Amino acid sequence: MQSLAYIAKRLLLMVPTFAIVMVIIFLLVRLLPGDPAIAIAGDKASDADLAAIRERLGLTQPLLVQFWLFLTNTLQGDLGRSILMKAPALGVILDRLPTTAFLTLYAVTLSLLIAGPLAFVAALNRGRWPDAAIRAIFQVGLSMPVFYIGLVLLTFLAARARLFPVGGIGHGFLENLHQLFLPAMTIALYTSAIVMRNLRAAIIEVLDAEYVQFARAKGLPSRLILGRHVLRNALISTVTLLGLSIGNLMSGTLVTETVFAVPGVGRLMLEAIFARDYPLIQGLTLTFAVLVSAVFLLTDLVQSWLDPRMRLT
Amino acid sequence: MTRDTILEVRNLSTTFARAGRALPAVRDVSFTLGRGEVLGLVGESGSGKSVTLRSILGLSRHYGTVTGEVRWKGRDIASLSERALRSVRGREIAMIFQEPMSSLNPLLTVGMQLTEVLKAHTDLGRSERRRRAIEMLDHVGIPSAAARLDDYPHQFSGGMRQRVMIAIALAARPQLLLADEPTTALDVTIQAQILDLILGLAREYEMGVILVTHDLGVVAQTCDRVAVMYAGRIVEEAPVAPLLSDPRHPYTMGLMRSVPEGVAPRTALYSVPGTPPALDALPQGCAFAPRCPSASAQCTATDPALNRLAPGRSAACHHPVSLAKGDAA
Repeated sequence: MQSLAYIAKRLLLMVPTFAIVMVIIFLLVRLLPGDPAIAIAGDKASDADLAAIRERLGLTQPLLVQFWLFLTNTLQGDLGRSILMKAPALGVILDRLPTTAFLTLYAVTLSLLIAGPLAFVAALNRGRWPDAAIRAIFQVGLSMPVFYIGLVLLTFLAARARLFPVGGIGHGFLENLHQLFLPAMTIALYTSAIVMRNLRAAIIEVLDAEYVQFARAKGLPSRLILGRHVLRNALISTVTLLGLSIGNLMSGTLVTETVFAVPGVGRLMLEAIFARDYPLIQGLTLTFAVLVSAVFLLTDLVQSWLDPRMRLT
Repeated sequence: MTRDTILEVRNLSTTFARAGRALPAVRDVSFTLGRGEVLGLVGESGSGKSVTLRSILGLSRHYGTVTGEVRWKGRDIASLSERALRSVRGREIAMIFQEPMSSLNPLLTVGMQLTEVLKAHTDLGRSERRRRAIEMLDHVGIPSAAARLDDYPHQFSGGMRQRVMIAIALAARPQLLLADEPTTALDVTIQAQILDLILGLAREYEMGVILVTHDLGVVAQTCDRVAVMYAGRIVEEAPVAPLLSDPRHPYTMGLMRSVPEGVAPRTALYSVPGTPPALDALPQGCAFAPRCPSASAQCTATDPALNRLAPGRSAACHHPVSLAKGDAA
């Protein structure tokens, strides 16, 4: 019950955020030089099409009325028609969204699987060679652009060794685990470097904490000390970091989906931008805002699950 | 000493390395403890008293080099592996820390932190452990203990948290409690309650206690015997009454004079002149010589050994003082 009330409160707090996002998206088209109807319908549109758009968006009416129309249309799921896809923008986005969601979750999972154990090894061997080696390797991952890592993986693992497909997606969960391994890995290499650094530092800090000394003095098995006392405490800051880097992950999908020809919303965004497909850009911007907000909420829920001190706020 | 010896620390030294320099935090410390005895370990901050305690339980070796022997019931536990030490830690020798705020895991219920000790050291089943945990919390004076088992540390006050820590430490009925300044972080009114609790439980369980403190008042109230530490060494050791009435080491005397007692209001408080030496730059000879009123050339040349002055009394000083008898040994 308490957590339901908390979620309700958090959702309520999102209303002002979305009001601002909606204003920005609304102004995006209207502040462009020239006729917004042409921006929205594309310059090959017929006069009849333009008239229909002007009618639907109320472009002849005052700005506030236009905003109200835009707001009610959006809330009813009408994001306009994509010029590029010649279909309703919402449908196009929802079509592509699962692929990107899968890719992002896959990348996050890989990041944690890579970074978690290595952070522990590095932290427990602080200052000795395993620590130095792990940190050096991740430093390389951090200092290279995402698309370059992607191209290297493509060249060696896909084109030469033929271990993985060069691009595209497959059908079903298992097939996509294989199909999307390289793009997910491309994103994960960067993300895991950040997670590893953060988690390593957090583990080192927690290892020196008095409650860990106390846990040792209690004669607990070291696996229990690491799992129950150290990991949970160290994860708190890492969860925050992962939540905050969702924006980074999203822009990571823009590049990665393009390099690996993955039909997700990231690549769709690039296509929409190049085609000046404003309805689609608007829809995608809104989608990203919703996703980021959802991830922030999820982060806070995980936090309060991990840390009882945060439950009362 | 009529009591049989339960702990014997021999030539214990702990050295940390910082920025390539050796920091000898504990230097050649030896002492014994009888069954049910309360030993005070007194000294200023940085004198090595906390590190001595942690070295006994093998907690210091993660951070530095520990040499010497810690003979517990006849076997040297300093040489045991982490795994083998687990059956001593918490079960036979327990430890409580200074800060009840930071010594309890903020993410786990006190019930979990209590029962996990019982799980590690007893064969009790789940519900038995829970029952025993409630018993323990009740015993250390936590009101409505059963209802508080699922509470988190931040839901307790400082004094109550310290009680929880004591309950956790004593859950497996250890025979020795290492108490690292257990009352320093607490209000004065709570301090006495916690000390009484520790002493009462020590008597009840026939448990030895090594109490680290910088407070001579606490020592006077609680300890049977006292070891005074300075710059990592024990400089004087004696039963509590003779030590307080008749200190032999100039440093002990200085410590006693800095306790404001019978001092007229608005007079300057006495403090031992100077500051303790940096551990990575210990002077040659006696580490206290630069601050000592009776230092001689001998003192700056050779470090005095801890010499036996009388039965149960020893001091590491070339020129031990005596207030009561007025003679130098």
